[in-house]
Amino acid sequence: MDARVSAKIQSVFEEPACEHNQNKDEKARKKGCTKQLSPGAAAGGCAFDGAKIALQPIADVAHLVHGPIACEGNSWDNRNSSTSGPQLYRTGFTTDIGELDVIYGGEKRLFKSIREIIEKYDPPAVFVYQTCVTALIGDDIEAVCKRAAEKFGTPVVPVNAPGFVGPKNLGNKLGAEALLDYVIGTVEPEVTTPYDINIIGEYNLAGELWQVRPLLDALGIRVLACISGDGRYKEVAQSHRARAAMMVCSKSMINVARKMEDRYGIPFFEGSFYGIEDMSDTLRNLARLLVERGAPADLLARTEALIAVEEKRAWERIAVYRPRLEGKKVLLITGGVKSWSVVAALQEAGLEVVGTSVKKSTKEDKEKIKEIMGEDAHMIDDMTPREMFKMLREARADIMLSGGRSQFVALKAKMPWLDINQERHYAYAGYEGMVDLVREISKTLFNPMWELVRVPAPWDVPAVGEVC
Amino acid sequence: MAIVLDSKKACAVNPLKMSQPLGACYAFLGLSSTMPLMHGSQGCTSFGLVLLVRHFKEAIPMQTTAMNEVSTILGGMDNIEQAVLNIKKRANPALIAIASTGLTETKGDDVDGYLHLIRAKHAETLAGSEIVYVSTPDFVGAFQDGWAAAVKALIAAFVTPADTRVAGRIGVLPGAHLTPADLEEVRELIETFGLHPVLVPDLSRSLDGHIPEDFTPTTLGGASLGDIRGLAACEHVIAIGEQMRGAAERLEAVGVPCTLFDRLTGLTATDALVALLMRLSGQPAPARLKRQRGQLVDAMLDGHFHLGGKRVAIGAEPDLLFALASLIHEMGGEVAAAVTTTHSPVLTRVPTPEVLVGDLEDLELRAIGCDLLLTHAHGRQAAARLNIPLFRAGIPQFDRIGAAHQLSVGYRGTRDLIFQLANTFIAHLHAHGPDDWPLPAEARAAAQGGAATENVIPIIPV
Repeated sequence: MDARVSAKIQSVFEEPACEHNQNKDEKARKKGCTKQLSPGAAAGGCAFDGAKIALQPIADVAHLVHGPIACEGNSWDNRNSSTSGPQLYRTGFTTDIGELDVIYGGEKRLFKSIREIIEKYDPPAVFVYQTCVTALIGDDIEAVCKRAAEKFGTPVVPVNAPGFVGPKNLGNKLGAEALLDYVIGTVEPEVTTPYDINIIGEYNLAGELWQVRPLLDALGIRVLACISGDGRYKEVAQSHRARAAMMVCSKSMINVARKMEDRYGIPFFEGSFYGIEDMSDTLRNLARLLVERGAPADLLARTEALIAVEEKRAWERIAVYRPRLEGKKVLLITGGVKSWSVVAALQEAGLEVVGTSVKKSTKEDKEKIKEIMGEDAHMIDDMTPREMFKMLREARADIMLSGGRSQFVALKAKMPWLDINQERHYAYAGYEGMVDLVREISKTLFNPMWELVRVPAPWDVPAVGEVC
Repeated sequence: MAIVLDSKKACAVNPLKMSQPLGACYAFLGLSSTMPLMHGSQGCTSFGLVLLVRHFKEAIPMQTTAMNEVSTILGGMDNIEQAVLNIKKRANPALIAIASTGLTETKGDDVDGYLHLIRAKHAETLAGSEIVYVSTPDFVGAFQDGWAAAVKALIAAFVTPADTRVAGRIGVLPGAHLTPADLEEVRELIETFGLHPVLVPDLSRSLDGHIPEDFTPTTLGGASLGDIRGLAACEHVIAIGEQMRGAAERLEAVGVPCTLFDRLTGLTATDALVALLMRLSGQPAPARLKRQRGQLVDAMLDGHFHLGGKRVAIGAEPDLLFALASLIHEMGGEVAAAVTTTHSPVLTRVPTPEVLVGDLEDLELRAIGCDLLLTHAHGRQAAARLNIPLFRAGIPQFDRIGAAHQLSVGYRGTRDLIFQLANTFIAHLHAHGPDDWPLPAEARAAAQGGAATENVIPIIPV
């Protein structure tokens, strides 16, 4: 392995701010946080996929994939990370290496590709992603990027996370490391305010950031950089001047939050935009951290006032659905989204959560679930598609909320299903998002189509007498 | 007849192309009780799987040997062995179909050798499941090449010369460019003549969107191993698309007569198939088919007003490009730009001066001044920038539903395609305004009596 990648992987495995990691013994910690994949029974993306997910939302950057066509050709423009401006991040750039490149090396093609991109598109920066094949043949993307940056006067950032070093969540962290090594702290902001924050690990899927930003704007809190949703190169580069940071709960960029605290003294907290109480806690924490760092103390009172108004408004709007949704059973299978924070909102709408996944939850998360759902909370560690199908078929749940992978399990069982994964098109963040989620559940559950698709076909109905 | 050029760029921008192993796995998805398996890192499978899920809105069974850095360097035998055993245990498919990737091809894994050892070692455990392997490096060729290689590998693995022919059995080797709906249409056409078609692969039985009785971890339907073996006993085999030539030649080598159709979109192309079916069956064309042909002729008459003179830019894999370009050309349109993914002998026959093996950036640049962009869903950004309509054809179509049922072959398919194309133009008709036909300065000056200053129009008193 490239010694630099190897060192990086060790360093992200030793993340001191990760409670998962801290609960392990020395030996387990050394093994890292990636489960050994089982050939023939594995699912999910690779490290390259993870790195790309983490960084691609930076909208004005040209994201260049150095590898054969599969890595970009089979996957580009497939996420709903939204932008309020530049569209360049949606352009697919790849060196599309051929057989001769594999034999002679792909560095020259990579260098030329960077030049073509800068000449044609003039982006503020080019991010170059390493892939398995080009890593295996020994292409030194760090060297090529360094040379290209010197020659063309544009930052060229190597993202060394070839697919075969591990799974998607490792790639998230390796992608984030590239920001720490090459981007953050390289530009000074023109002005700073006592209200400047960073949001770390938020990807603005389906525009969710915009469900939250109006709350921050109303309080006068300025998002110096969101890493990386609706991001801009310059914002990320100057993010080291923020006063406080929020790390979005998925932990995908815990290394960024922690290292920015170490290097620049930016305190951070772990928060979530999903769920009403979570949103309020997030606002409180932001205000608290900013005041601790010197922002005027009235921010605290203003935040509480805003929370009171917004919470009341949200609960009132959710309560409207209670009569319709009372007693309906929900199966909640989530990945990154902290499930207990959503559970509270679903319960408020009268829904009964019959099971929730805890695959990625921490010990504290599980305690919290028990607290909310009771001791007999049905926690699902890892459910096979066949079990899900059975559970839905036997109508032990009325609707399933899950990621896209299990979508067809529900639909083929002719059961209502709602997408709450990264590929979704609806935004569920903040107070607005929870109201929208309950509205979507109601809309889905009460679609008259469900009854029709379950009507038996004429040839499946036993004949009941002759029709005259 | 077209000159074929290669893009000279180092960097592909907005890829049109997808990779070979994905094309191979797509073919394997047309086989029943099968588990396609990519020998590569987990991302290779994950990207392909997501792409097909988004296109078909169906669960796609596809597995990975989950190669990591160390196993790649040491060789993937253990991973293949574990994967095969795991798949056997969890899904028990009739066929485990393996495609290599760029990663394992760069290393140079001898998968045929591995499989020989694995089969010997686990003969008992693996009983009842066949394994087939095809070499498909990502850095060579494109999606349709992977499909073609997979079908060839299937024939090589399972078809042996037959002693007798089954009367009326017609084999069909469809190219990757045909949709499940296209395959259903071909099947119906053949059955109309009292013949019995066997399609290999058969996506119309696996990815046509049906609701199964129970959850299955493998493919939901498609050609069986018996169907593949039975190709040898066909009276005749129909291959569709130049990409299927290699597979057809393999069948001819075991004594099965084959006919290759380079397309089935268009009047004369369908006529040729119908003529062959009349000859093979000894039956006249049924009245229903004659009516359908009449409807197509009428659609061509009605459609030519809207397609005639239109400049169309097409980005598609070679066989799809040839089929679409030929139809546009036959309807009086002009194929003003043609970009494709990989080389093929059919490219020189595309009715356009030049075919470029390139990407969607190339297509976008060449499509300036065109009236329509005809490519897969990734053309949406280009179409928006060009401010022209996008007609989606090929894979992927992730931003629309019903892609599996898009029909473009046979009399009915061609008829409907003409309607849809014509309606796309009608929907984007430019409404003329008073300033659309300005006179040049020279003409205006002449009308002013050659004077540089405006003539004063005399006012006639009432």
